[in-house]
Amino acid sequence: MNPGVLTVYRWELRKLRYQKRTYLGLGLAVVVPIIFVAAVSVRHGGPHNFAFGDYIDRSGLAVPLVILLFGALWMFPLIAALVAGDIVASEDHNGTLKTILTRSIDRGQIFSGKALAASTYAIVAILLDGVVAIVAGCLKSGFNPIQSLSGTIVSAPKGLELVFVSLLVYLIPILAIVCIGLLLSTITHNSAAAVVGTLMFSLVLQLVAILPGLGGVQPYLLSTQFDAWQGLLRTPTDWDPIIRAAWVCALYGLPALGTAYLVFLRRDVAGG
Amino acid sequence: MADPPIEVRGLVKRYGEIAAVDGVDLTVQAGDVYGYLGPNGAGKTTSLRMMLGLIRPTAGHVRLFGRDPLLGVRALEGVAGFVEAPQFYPYLSGRRNLELLAAYDGPDAPRRIDEALATVELTDRAHDRIGGYSHGMRQRLGIAGALLRAPKLLLLDEPATGLDPAGMRDMRVLIRRLADEGMTVLLSSHLLPEVEELCNRVAIVRSGKIVYEGAIADLKRGAGAVYRLATTDDERALAVCRAQRGIGELRVDHGYICFSADAAAAAELSQALVEAGALIKMLAPETVTLEDLFFSLTEGDAGGRGDGAARTAVPT
Repeated sequence: MNPGVLTVYRWELRKLRYQKRTYLGLGLAVVVPIIFVAAVSVRHGGPHNFAFGDYIDRSGLAVPLVILLFGALWMFPLIAALVAGDIVASEDHNGTLKTILTRSIDRGQIFSGKALAASTYAIVAILLDGVVAIVAGCLKSGFNPIQSLSGTIVSAPKGLELVFVSLLVYLIPILAIVCIGLLLSTITHNSAAAVVGTLMFSLVLQLVAILPGLGGVQPYLLSTQFDAWQGLLRTPTDWDPIIRAAWVCALYGLPALGTAYLVFLRRDVAGG
Repeated sequence: MADPPIEVRGLVKRYGEIAAVDGVDLTVQAGDVYGYLGPNGAGKTTSLRMMLGLIRPTAGHVRLFGRDPLLGVRALEGVAGFVEAPQFYPYLSGRRNLELLAAYDGPDAPRRIDEALATVELTDRAHDRIGGYSHGMRQRLGIAGALLRAPKLLLLDEPATGLDPAGMRDMRVLIRRLADEGMTVLLSSHLLPEVEELCNRVAIVRSGKIVYEGAIADLKRGAGAVYRLATTDDERALAVCRAQRGIGELRVDHGYICFSADAAAAAELSQALVEAGALIKMLAPETVTLEDLFFSLTEGDAGGRGDGAARTAVPT
């Protein structure tokens, strides 16, 4: 990695360690699966009318998958936006952009380091959530085989592998959300506006998906790509939604990232 | 000849209709302590932001040691400073903030952290979070942050603003010391005593335009001196003054006769007054301070571009 980018990346991660919002997102990622498992235990039987709902009581491996399903609504976009939407705007808020832009590291390197740190945070949060969900689920319902969406039974070790790959596939739309968060963070100069804006963007796409007559656009909405991992849980594996997720998310994420980069490179730093 | 530390030519920054900076030219030579002086809102900070490459000029250019700060941070090699109040990450300690900045400055900078903290006398508070720092401490940490770069050129925007009198004095002593060590300093200020005490050259800016640029000594020399006179017979004294060579701007102010003259003309006048029978009760030169010059240049309609000593502030 470019040494300047690496320096910024390291310091951005170090700064995240000192900020409350960091722990808000990670806390959410840890607490939600635990609460979910606790709630299911108390009710003696999980919700049943959705994928893997029937399996919550039979295999702990169903828990992370159910969380992925519901987390796409707002939780994971929020966690991704929490840091991505803040990482540039907070410099405006603190007035520190002028402080770091008058050193020996170029604007491009600073932006790249920040983008990497925001992505790292989102990745860590999702994987942490997955691990907690697996552990909590298995403590409750055991490390048992799970039924795929095609009805076949998958052994527990193979199921665990599928859950991890699902988490990785889930990162594709998450990283697109990170890019949108970075764009809003860069152009609004306002952390709250950028975080809420990113979340709103995600919610509006979900609304578009259920509007009558717009079924044709659904495969190309960012929100739809949060379901791509389900292709892994079919036999044989359905790669189409995963491949589509890769290029659809690139179409959302890369222009946003590129625009944010160029704006950051050229903008006047007049505040602070 | 080596490129000057700062060369600014035709610098303009417009925000819509308003020109915050309107055609500024100035040159800071190596070893100068250069005062960039003007009332609040005159465009000082905007100029400094352009010098540091933080904002793009609408027209004109800045060169730092011959390099354009818009083309990347290489132009800032050997240059450090801050605009407006220096800002840091409030959730990190003073030392951590400096560690971050040093990491962004290159491999040599981290070694200078202890020395920089000692120079601004913040060693004892270095491990406290910035959130608990006073304004004066942040201002000093800003200087420490600048020193990490071992600069040859230091740009400081109103470094003493908001400090208490002791803080101001310490800040001046510090800047004086850095200048004595050979650093070139550009210092923006609306505090005249600060500039008068520290700087050898000034640019006086008003509504985005430079109204004087040159040595402070030339500025004051061009201004001449104003005298105040009281005699036993002011009627007669006025007549004598009118007839005397080298006496200008004659007027009566609060019961005193006021005029401008050089020291020799004032001495000759005293003899003429005595001979005419108007005995002198008081004849005192009023020192012309930079403040007087400043107000005469930045208030009223006295606009236009100064060109060094050729322009005189108070007509003689």
